Amino acid sequence: MAEIIVEHAVKKFGKFVAIDDVSLTVDDKEFVVLLGPSGCGKTTLLRAIAGLGMVNEGRVLIGGRDVTYLQPKERNVSMVFQNYAIFPHMTVFDNIAFGLKMRKTPRDVLQERVETAARLLHIEDMLDRRPGTMSGGQRQRIAVARAIAYDAQALLMDEPLSNLDALLRLEMRAELKALLGRLGATTIYVTHDQIEALSMGDRIAVMRKGQIVQVDTPTRVYDLPVDHFVGSFIGNPPMNFMRASVQKHDGALQARVGDLYITPPDYMLAALRPYEGKDIYIGIRAENTEVLSQPGAGALPVTVEVVEPLGAMNLLTILIEDNVLKVSTHPDFPVVAGGQVWLLFPEAKIRWMDRDTGRAITPELEQVVA
Amino acid sequence: MTEATVRSEVGSPAPMTQAVQAARRRAKMRHTLRRASVYAVAIAIALWILVPIWLIFTMAFSTPQDVRSFPKPFYPSPFSTDTIEFFLNTEGVLRSTLNSFIVAIIALLLSTAIAMPAGYAIARFVFRGRDTIRLGILSVRAFPVVVLAVPLAVVFIRLGMFDQTYSLALMHTALTLPTTILVIASVFMGLPYEFEEAAQVFGCTRLQAFWRVVLPLAVPGIAAAAVLTFVLSWNEVFAAILLTITNRTLPAQILYNLDKSGDPYKFAGGFFMLVPSLIFIFFIRRYLFSMWGQLNK
Repeated sequence: MAEIIVEHAVKKFGKFVAIDDVSLTVDDKEFVVLLGPSGCGKTTLLRAIAGLGMVNEGRVLIGGRDVTYLQPKERNVSMVFQNYAIFPHMTVFDNIAFGLKMRKTPRDVLQERVETAARLLHIEDMLDRRPGTMSGGQRQRIAVARAIAYDAQALLMDEPLSNLDALLRLEMRAELKALLGRLGATTIYVTHDQIEALSMGDRIAVMRKGQIVQVDTPTRVYDLPVDHFVGSFIGNPPMNFMRASVQKHDGALQARVGDLYITPPDYMLAALRPYEGKDIYIGIRAENTEVLSQPGAGALPVTVEVVEPLGAMNLLTILIEDNVLKVSTHPDFPVVAGGQVWLLFPEAKIRWMDRDTGRAITPELEQVVA
Repeated sequence: MTEATVRSEVGSPAPMTQAVQAARRRAKMRHTLRRASVYAVAIAIALWILVPIWLIFTMAFSTPQDVRSFPKPFYPSPFSTDTIEFFLNTEGVLRSTLNSFIVAIIALLLSTAIAMPAGYAIARFVFRGRDTIRLGILSVRAFPVVVLAVPLAVVFIRLGMFDQTYSLALMHTALTLPTTILVIASVFMGLPYEFEEAAQVFGCTRLQAFWRVVLPLAVPGIAAAAVLTFVLSWNEVFAAILLTITNRTLPAQILYNLDKSGDPYKFAGGFFMLVPSLIFIFFIRRYLFSMWGQLNK
């Protein structure tokens, strides 16, 4: 296994720029998820790394070797395709052995590798069968077995679970994560399913319109989105964003939402000072908002519009002026639609965003500029 | 609840049910009629095709006396191969059958060899003028060959290719190529490109991916296209008459002798024209079905 480096990659289809100056480093044995809405260029980037469509500009390095202009077979990568691409005219064994045979692997090594891969994916009983009549889940296993048997420097996966039904997807997700963790494979995994990304990746690269917006651990991507897009794309429900105006109140810089004044934490003061007199977005996750059934200090009284019981929690929809807020509570929390509750926004959990650029206002960034 | 409403509730179902039943009867009637007319049309079409075939079979296996008699028998009685033997022993028949085979095989090989890369290109590559080429190929089919008759004959004579088996094979290749290309292109289109990409990632060049993955999966469809070429060439008569005199193919030979010979010759000739096509179509039936989209299921 080896590290993968993409430097300033650009890929155009005619006038359409599918990848726009993307740089990404995937460390050895790391599992990076490319996440983004459809059409954001994540599959194009993966294919550029695989060699199925070369970049127009920039470089791709795998294991320190410049593979930018090499054919797929010369790159020593293996891949799991969205529709599996299992060869229907070959037995399961021949499918898994395909790459090894092309490499002229000695018979005994090949036999052993195929059997190991098949055992890891629990398909060792099907090796003599043809994939024609097999279910999606079984084909999926063959595709993964073929990819890991090949023993390449990097494993590329293009939405491998998207064609499975929900229950099977959940099962395969955990199994794949455990398997790839054990193999220590350098993996790039493309998905549009943010839950899949959060649950599987060591790091997530969030993409939008051909660019990588944020590369971070799942927790950081979830808790500290770099901009409005990442916050509203990741998480179910997505992060709440409310319009707030930054102003001096009681002699201190505060953010006003409706009738509520929120005091920013000290480390934010310097960064927020340029926004005095302007509107910003404040973002907060549904589960980070505290819901009280009675008035409390600094709590904002609001009316509950909708109550959605989701089993593990109740999801409340609340309107603050023209901001729609989703807030989660314990299922036992007493509330009905139309009832009143009080909201508390813990300052440390609030994300501050520039309203024009949508980018997060962070103390570090301000220090860099200053 | 008043008595009146109770009565109306109790009373209303009966006429309602009658109306519903009547409507249901009418719907059923319509349904039956529609099915009956579909079957009637289907049977008519089947008979229109099958009756002549049956007649040809019956005649081909009856004695020459029976063939000449009127009314003709409905089935071969007594069963006899005399008519066939008479036909085969007629001057020129064996030779023209052999010519037909040679021409059809050459046309089949040539047109498959050309149509395979052409079809692959149309199916896989986006190139400038692809749709124009596709349309062009299709419109060639619509072009009447008769218009080309004289120029063609002239060109073939000038090139010294007149009255040759191979020149007729070339002509047949040209005639069948449009169909073959489009059929083979549709076969390749039915195969997901992902197969080739997977093969390339796992160590194949483009060419190897084609040989190891695409071709094995496309063989049924390509075979069907090849057989189609064979049948088209076997049955083709216009170019055969136009371009050959001594090296006639079977249909040209039969057509040439048609007005000079009796019923036994005609029926036996018809039988020989018919049989190869029927056998081939019987074997490629399921490939022709699978060609239109079921291949990758």
